Amino acid sequence: MNIIVTIKQVPDTNDVRIDPITGTLIREGVPSIVNPEDRHAVELGLSLRDEAGGGKVTVISMGPPQAEVALRQVLAMGADEAVLLSDRAFAGADTLATACTLYHAVKKIGVFDLIICGRQAIDGDTAQVGPQLAEFLNIPQVTYSVGARLENSKTLLVKRMTDVGFQTIAVPLPALVTCLKEANRPRIPTLRGCMDAYRERPFHVWDASYIGAPVDDIGLRGSPTQVRRTFQPSPRGNGFLLTGDAQDCVLRLVGLIHERGLV
Amino acid sequence: MTIRINKEKCVGCSACLRACPYDAIDMIDRKAFLNASCVHCGSCVDSCSFKAIDSVAGSVGKTDLSGFKGVMVFAERRGEVLAKVGLELLGRGRALADARGATLSAVVAGMRLDESAAQLIAHGADMVYLVEDPELVEYRTAPYARVLTGVIREAKPELVLIGATPTGRDLAPRVANRLRTGLTADCTSLDIEEGTGLLLQTRPAFGGNVMATIVCPNHRPQMSTVRPGVMKPLPADKSRKGEVKKMKISLKPADLTAIIREVALETTLRADLSEAEVIIAGGRGVGGKAQFGLIEELADAFGGQVGASRAAVESGWVAHYHQIGQTGKSVSPRLYIACGISGAVQHLAGIAGADYVVAVNRDPECPMVKAADVAIIGDLHQVIPLLAAEIRSLKKEAVR
Ligand SMILES: Cc1cc2nc3c(=O)[nH]c(=O)nc-3n(C[C@H](O)[C@H](O)[C@H](O)COP(=O)(O)OP(=O)(O)OC[C@H]3O[C@@H](n4cnc5c(N)ncnc54)[C@H](O)[C@@H]3O)c2cc1C
Repeated sequence: MNIIVTIKQVPDTNDVRIDPITGTLIREGVPSIVNPEDRHAVELGLSLRDEAGGGKVTVISMGPPQAEVALRQVLAMGADEAVLLSDRAFAGADTLATACTLYHAVKKIGVFDLIICGRQAIDGDTAQVGPQLAEFLNIPQVTYSVGARLENSKTLLVKRMTDVGFQTIAVPLPALVTCLKEANRPRIPTLRGCMDAYRERPFHVWDASYIGAPVDDIGLRGSPTQVRRTFQPSPRGNGFLLTGDAQDCVLRLVGLIHERGLV
Repeated sequence: MTIRINKEKCVGCSACLRACPYDAIDMIDRKAFLNASCVHCGSCVDSCSFKAIDSVAGSVGKTDLSGFKGVMVFAERRGEVLAKVGLELLGRGRALADARGATLSAVVAGMRLDESAAQLIAHGADMVYLVEDPELVEYRTAPYARVLTGVIREAKPELVLIGATPTGRDLAPRVANRLRTGLTADCTSLDIEEGTGLLLQTRPAFGGNVMATIVCPNHRPQMSTVRPGVMKPLPADKSRKGEVKKMKISLKPADLTAIIREVALETTLRADLSEAEVIIAGGRGVGGKAQFGLIEELADAFGGQVGASRAAVESGWVAHYHQIGQTGKSVSPRLYIACGISGAVQHLAGIAGADYVVAVNRDPECPMVKAADVAIIGDLHQVIPLLAAEIRSLKKEAVR
């Protein structure tokens, strides 16, 4: 079974803090990590490959040259081959242009049975790239999956989360699946895996012309959406303070909410 | 928009490095350079005191924008009942349509749609597109993508709004790509820009650490998914008039290849937090699983629901279902009482729709207190039982 897993290197937004004085993001010392849900996507790919009794897991990522580290990390988990899509022409891409770039890379790779993506990346939280890639490839998708197994060589059974519970969907291959953390526990790379990731596994760097992506469809130029501005979320209230004796405070608060008909 | 740095003017002060949320500026030989992470958001432009950074209009090819008119809302159903988010979108959509001097429409699909159609009109729709087909009773990506794309191609709306539910987030990117237009995820506010008439789509990014306003200038329709619980529905007005239009969109065999084998509904029936009128939320300051009983007690006194910060959820004091914020639920109660919650941006992202916010916190400087309409500064372990007692006696009086 040939599986392609898309991954993204992201800043660990858990560690992003706002400078209280300048109001800007403090990025110093914020580590770059493999997007958490993408590690679950890799794990799902590896386990399906093993369940199928063979095949290959190829990991691809669009990003700056430093994203190599992220790809090496998932090679160390046991992925077979990695492709880094790196080119200045890819920069500034929105989700559509990103999906388009990934699409051309997938075409270049050629045959595949399944594509797996993390549901969303923690820096953007959009969850759009997976479905947009599936649309470019004209294959079915199953998003929000919490697990998948092969029914036979042509059909994947995917359990997905919905607004009201869970669904199990039988989807014909080739297909695209996006996965949640609940899907599995990503394996920890072994020492051997880490060594292989650097020495043994094929690692490619492809640019826009190599994958044949038209410059008008990728990067900033291929992005229908544009960021108009970014800003700090502003505090909403006016922070009227009640201090002093607790019982007093409570009585005044009850007065205020009673006045407004809130109780 | 494309960012340009004028090397002549750059003095290498690094102010732009600190302003950049994407770590996209490198200092090389005391000059600023954009690296591949740049998304051309413009955050750096104002940070430069030397006017060395400017932005020029984007280069995405123009398409013919004329002929796209009106606002369209996708009305998702759960079984035969409309999801509340669709009505919320109509509430906001009504204002946007009025601002554009255009009509507001809704799309609903499945079987037995008449009651939904009437409800959509009562909540503000001028026109409802009905697509009846037994294949559409349960949501599946491909048939729904075919249907929504079909209706959009036919009606040519200028804006399309879809709830950012698992269903909406599955469907919207598929449709937007088929139409080769832009899509902005998880918006928390939508406005029309004066002058250009463009839709300003504002959403949290970087785990809520920053807000970004996104536009889609050269493609139509402008599409957004919108977080449930953020927009307000209009009160139902049964006397409102609207037109109902049945559409026939034929599905292709290729749309029906994915098959639903099993559906498991969550058995534990829980009141929907995002629809609660009163929410009492507890954070790390509550201090333990046993103490979290205080929050439940206060919620009971009010007849409200229990919410929580991520810190409280991750400490195992309360189930994830109750988490409010960026990675939890968005809520829009009339009254929100945050107890022992510091008010991190990710938490505040979930309560933008709350009417009246109360904080109970020891720290008068914390963001939650600043964001609240009123705050009690004190120990919650002392304040909450007193408050619960007051509310209970107030309710008793009311009964008498
Ligand atoms: C990507 C990402 C997504 C996130 N998503 C969410 C989300 O959806 N929801 C969310 O809530 N968080 C989210 N977070 C986490 C968020 O950044 C904060 O860490 C979290 O909200 C903190 O929870 P807290 O306010 O309960 O705890 P703390 O920040 O530790 O605050 C505790 C507060 O309790 C007060 N306190 C302590 N003792 C008492 C007492 N006895 N009486 C009165 N007050 C007291 C303290 O003064 C303090 O203000 C997210 C973070 C990231 C990076």
